[in-house]
Amino acid sequence: MSRLPDVRILKGVGMLALLAFALALPAIAPDSATTNMAVFTLMYVGLATAWNIMGGYTGYISLGHAGFFGFGSYSLGLILARLGIEGGYTPFLFVPVAGVLTGLLAVGVGWFALRTRAATFVIVTIAFMFMLQLLAENLIGLTGGGAGLAFPAPPWRGDFYNIPFYYTMLVLALLALAISWWIRRSKFGLGLLAIRDDEDKALAVGVPAVAFKLTAFVVSAALVGMIGGVYGYYVTYIYPQFVIDPLIGISMVLMVFLGGLGTIGGPVLGALILEPAQLWLAYNFGASRLYLVLYASVFLLVILLMPRGIIPSVRELLAKRQAALAAREGLTP
Amino acid sequence: MSLLEVDHLSKRFGGVVAVDDCTLAIPGGGITGLIGPNGSGKTTIFNLITGFIAKDQGRITFKSQLIDGLGPDRVYERGIGRTFQLARIFPRLTALENLLVPVRRRGLRALFSRAARSDERSRAMEMLDFLEISHVAGALGGSLSYGQRKLLELGAVMMAEPELVLLDEPAGGVNPALLERIADRLRTLNSRGTTFLIVEHNMSFVMNLCSEVIVLHRGRQIASGKPEAVRSDAAVLDAYLGA
Repeated sequence: MSRLPDVRILKGVGMLALLAFALALPAIAPDSATTNMAVFTLMYVGLATAWNIMGGYTGYISLGHAGFFGFGSYSLGLILARLGIEGGYTPFLFVPVAGVLTGLLAVGVGWFALRTRAATFVIVTIAFMFMLQLLAENLIGLTGGGAGLAFPAPPWRGDFYNIPFYYTMLVLALLALAISWWIRRSKFGLGLLAIRDDEDKALAVGVPAVAFKLTAFVVSAALVGMIGGVYGYYVTYIYPQFVIDPLIGISMVLMVFLGGLGTIGGPVLGALILEPAQLWLAYNFGASRLYLVLYASVFLLVILLMPRGIIPSVRELLAKRQAALAAREGLTP
Repeated sequence: MSLLEVDHLSKRFGGVVAVDDCTLAIPGGGITGLIGPNGSGKTTIFNLITGFIAKDQGRITFKSQLIDGLGPDRVYERGIGRTFQLARIFPRLTALENLLVPVRRRGLRALFSRAARSDERSRAMEMLDFLEISHVAGALGGSLSYGQRKLLELGAVMMAEPELVLLDEPAGGVNPALLERIADRLRTLNSRGTTFLIVEHNMSFVMNLCSEVIVLHRGRQIASGKPEAVRSDAAVLDAYLGA
């Protein structure tokens, strides 16, 4: 009985230590190679956590979230261009606007897509993403088409260049985590998990499934859109095939599956493992897309060995050990 | 005045007429059995009342208000709960969480409240105690025995205190000892004010528990009344024995 508080304290201390490390990282390792890796890692912590709010909690697997990522990126780029805003800290203030616009798009997409279930929903989300990519390529007057869209150039130089982006990504990742945590412990979150288990049964006990699914979809998309906006400003130039890239969507999904679908910490763990590994491969083996082999291998291993992901598997193992220990203690005179 | 009224209700699936101009009235405060041979339309009527399928014709009123056309969640909100033929629970939620899922209030309050408010949690524990399954409160739904699932499903549907509960074969696949416990709990819940409408093939269960019995055949009501009267009704015997 006394073990529960110990685990909670350990968890709390662990999270505080992780947060302190994240806050201090630019001071500990200020070189641009490390902070660049950290920016992308935090980006995927946020993306995977946001995706998990929809895919993990409701069981509706969206492979089209890269569409929201790209839409958020284009939204911020276009707002900054239309308003003539120059590089600096001001563009960050418009990131929530990109999130709201992406959320509005998600209301429309979700209204149609969430009438379907299971594999049909997956296909509808993929179709939406490619439609958006085609639009971005062909609406040349608005998006610049294949020639891309330029963001205002950030004024920072040298090792400091990555720092504002690092902290912005950290804030967005923490925001996604806070929302995910709040949802998980709310009646709304329990309703989402019930939908994941058996949607018809959930309806039969009063869960307003359409409203719940749509809310989760919109919240998830809005967070992804905001992160997409910051990404666009970070790389300063965006192209349809690079910001509305199926691989971005698949990466989010894979990270969540690896860490633990429907858990709060799973997406974080998945992103912390996969993104640095992918960047390490890219640094050491060039742009050979070798990381795709890594992704495929990880996906196969997860499916074969830990279909529920690392956190649920470890939790299960610990519970079994604790039960075995208790049984053994019970037998001892 | 009846609690639930089904008026000239019809439903076809392609060329099959599942419910054929059916009229029923369920009085408040009782336990009513809805019986009939296989394919007589019992479960279809449950699905029509609870909004899982749309009617072709007819009207359904609950507490004198029209409810046909409402979705299942809205029907539950009005005060009608249901269980399914094969016990359906949320397998990856704990037994306690299964009881915390039901929502009978809408809007932002449903979104923002905590999943396990202390009052709701203690009510859920009381319900588990009442059903004698409190020892599995922390176990995942998927790990429970079929009998425990049946009880848990009943507990979940009762959590939001519906006025009317439709039970689809509560005795199906249940051992005699558990059957007695289920019947006993249903009587207690009924005495506290819940009305039950029960679809069941176990005749002794129906005859012992129900105050009224309605018999369906080919989507229509062919008899209704006290169990002992229905048991000897010629039309009922004819429908069951195919004479």
